[in-house]
Amino acid sequence: MVSRDYTFFAGVPDSTFGPAYNALTSNPHLTYIPATREDSALGVASAAYFSGKKGAVVMQNSGLGNVINPLTSFSLMYEIPILLIIGWRGFGGHGSDAPEHWIMGEKTPSFLELLDIPYAVLDTELHHEKIDELLQSIEIQQKPGALLVPPGVFN
Amino acid sequence: MSCVKETDAVISTTGMISRELFYHQDRLGNFYMIGSMGLLSSFGLGLAKLHPHRKFFVLDGDGSALMSMGTMALVAAEKPRNFIHIVLDNESYESTGAQPTISRSVPIGEIAQASGYASTASVKSCAELAVELERCLVKDGPHCILIKVGIEPIPNIPRITYSPNEIRDRFRSFLMENTDG
Repeated sequence: MVSRDYTFFAGVPDSTFGPAYNALTSNPHLTYIPATREDSALGVASAAYFSGKKGAVVMQNSGLGNVINPLTSFSLMYEIPILLIIGWRGFGGHGSDAPEHWIMGEKTPSFLELLDIPYAVLDTELHHEKIDELLQSIEIQQKPGALLVPPGVFN
Repeated sequence: MSCVKETDAVISTTGMISRELFYHQDRLGNFYMIGSMGLLSSFGLGLAKLHPHRKFFVLDGDGSALMSMGTMALVAAEKPRNFIHIVLDNESYESTGAQPTISRSVPIGEIAQASGYASTASVKSCAELAVELERCLVKDGPHCILIKVGIEPIPNIPRITYSPNEIRDRFRSFLMENTDG
């Protein structure tokens, strides 16, 4: 993300990110604001666009429900680019991971599709072209985009 | 608004507060948050962090402030010196039919103080407000000023005539002019 000029982050942690989360929050070249809720993180990070910078929200997919209103009546309405980096708990749906993640684990991509939010799924090979394509859509379409991070990508 | 310098930004919450700001004092440095009740203070925090040399006047309502109490704690924790949180408390959700909020029994100003805002004040008149604002302008924030206000609607108050994209572009140009890094 740093190599792609993302410097302003806000979020609520997720274990899916593993050590990458700590690397992000302790990087002195970045700003990371530890928000109390994902909607607040979205509001904070969106300020980046108004400063000519790039902002991202770091969150667990359980928090998707908390960002639907700011997505529909702020980000998508004003057309403000923002990257959502979303840890994918419950990947694999019912039976995988703890019960509270089963429903959202199955429906995470559907929520994004419902809102016409482009997304890419990060894999262990960290395919750069997929990431770059997503980041380009965010900038060109001036709307949110999501990078879904399934378990095991960051060890 | 007379305390607001040309380079300062004023952002306002959903409903009548934004409409009244637009009606009374539209300016390039205003941002009208026409949706997303409760999001204003988060947006203001991000802006304040990125533009440390400008002041940000965050015109919130009691309903919006109550909805975003977690953000009040975050603002206090992040200590943005240039953040002035003004809560216009009419104890109601005016735009949806003036239903009461719980702010008549929940002291929002005290919540800001307990969270750790640099200063908080409750005022009941324009004169008191003027005194408080003068004080806030010369000390580091974040500040919270709670003002008990009336619910008298402005007859025929217009809706904001700018489109969301226009609001965005105008504000973004304003902030990026003479950028302070």
